[in-house]
Amino acid sequence: MAGHSAQLDAKTLWGGKESPFQTSYGKLMMWFFLVSDALTFSGLLIAYGFTRHDAQDAWPIGEETFNSMPFLGHGYPLLYVALMTFILIVSSVTMVLAVEAGHRMDRKGVTKWMIATIIGGFFFLGSQAWEWSHFIHGSEFGKIELADGSVAIVKGHFGELESFQVLEAGKEHKAGAIIKDDLMHQYQHAAEKGHLEAGKIHLADGSVAKINKAHDHDMKLIIKKSGKTYKVGGKEITGKEAEKLYYEALYSGEENRVIYGANMKQNEYGPQQYAQFFFFITGFHGFHVFSGVIINIIILLGVLSGTYHKRGHYEMVEKTGLYWHFVDLVWVFVFTFFYLL
Amino acid sequence: MERDDLIEYSLHGHHDEATGKSIRQKIYKVTLLLTVITVIEVLIGASIKQSSDWWSTVKVLFILLTLLKAGYIVMVFMHLGDERKYLRNVILIPYFIFVLYLIFIALWEGTAVGTVWDKMFP
Repeated sequence: MAGHSAQLDAKTLWGGKESPFQTSYGKLMMWFFLVSDALTFSGLLIAYGFTRHDAQDAWPIGEETFNSMPFLGHGYPLLYVALMTFILIVSSVTMVLAVEAGHRMDRKGVTKWMIATIIGGFFFLGSQAWEWSHFIHGSEFGKIELADGSVAIVKGHFGELESFQVLEAGKEHKAGAIIKDDLMHQYQHAAEKGHLEAGKIHLADGSVAKINKAHDHDMKLIIKKSGKTYKVGGKEITGKEAEKLYYEALYSGEENRVIYGANMKQNEYGPQQYAQFFFFITGFHGFHVFSGVIINIIILLGVLSGTYHKRGHYEMVEKTGLYWHFVDLVWVFVFTFFYLL
Repeated sequence: MERDDLIEYSLHGHHDEATGKSIRQKIYKVTLLLTVITVIEVLIGASIKQSSDWWSTVKVLFILLTLLKAGYIVMVFMHLGDERKYLRNVILIPYFIFVLYLIFIALWEGTAVGTVWDKMFP
């Protein structure tokens, strides 16, 4: 073999000097990591689509499930998630501006835009915490199993609980006492246990109280699982008929006729897998955002201490920027497949 | 052994103020575009019901708009559009091969599982 090597011309050989991609090692590895992470998220979203495709019960619809705004209440379909999307896009923009400033060796600019990006990240995390809390606690009406065996979600304005007036004394409350604290919590707990009957509530201490409650308005039942009479996709049940069916079921005295919110076992929005996918996909994404914010803070400290300026380039900012944009990119897909479709 | 002949690619990203200005303008344009697309998506999502005849068209539209948004994020914000062609291909081609296969197999198997469900619990 030695004879062959003598014929090779050293000048035309690739000496490992020049990268075929003309990028630094670190940036290339960040890209490879992102490809593998993108495949993970693709796998999750495709699994979500698969489950949704062969789920037998009607799948929850984004605009019905997510229609609340902080401080404003219900009736704002998708507005909150749209706001979250916008926050994340804006923080992605401030990140790319930080990268651009880094290319001009503008240390002040990098600092300014990195701080803006971190603030945007915290805003997004806060929004997601609110969203989770809202998802877990659920709506005021909950999901109800009607007398014919169909299951419906309920829309409309829940008449406020004013007080419980104790009729029969229990261990804690005396007859005639008026309870004004923590009404909703006790009401929902009793409803799940089947401890409600026409206008009365059996409290945890064994007392029975009359429920003073304002009237509900614009109640609407949307069937999510067909029963004998009511079918999925059938006519909407509204007004007096809806109220009659809802309270008939609520006052039936049976356990688990109504479900509020979501946990790992059951949820008020639809099939069990729905909440599990919600927790896992948005949680996994939220974890990425969280680690992104931490990494951004570490890089900001590097910028402030002048490490990168001394090094002669701000490529570390560019590399974390890639990760941060990726988090935004994933959210764009989560937004479409989880909330819009 | 330290090599002094290696190229420091990290320095290639540097540019002057004039180039920076045009890059920033491009960034602002893309921001506006992404925001407008998101607003359109939410308006359509809130106004067209899933029971509507238009829904299947809307679904395709949503996916196309999402891919458009993703394209702008990857090509402009992540600068993949400015990288070398080889780098772009080495990132995108393997990803798309795997994902298209995964989507294909999920749809194929999903239909099979759906048929079984329907037969067992009609």
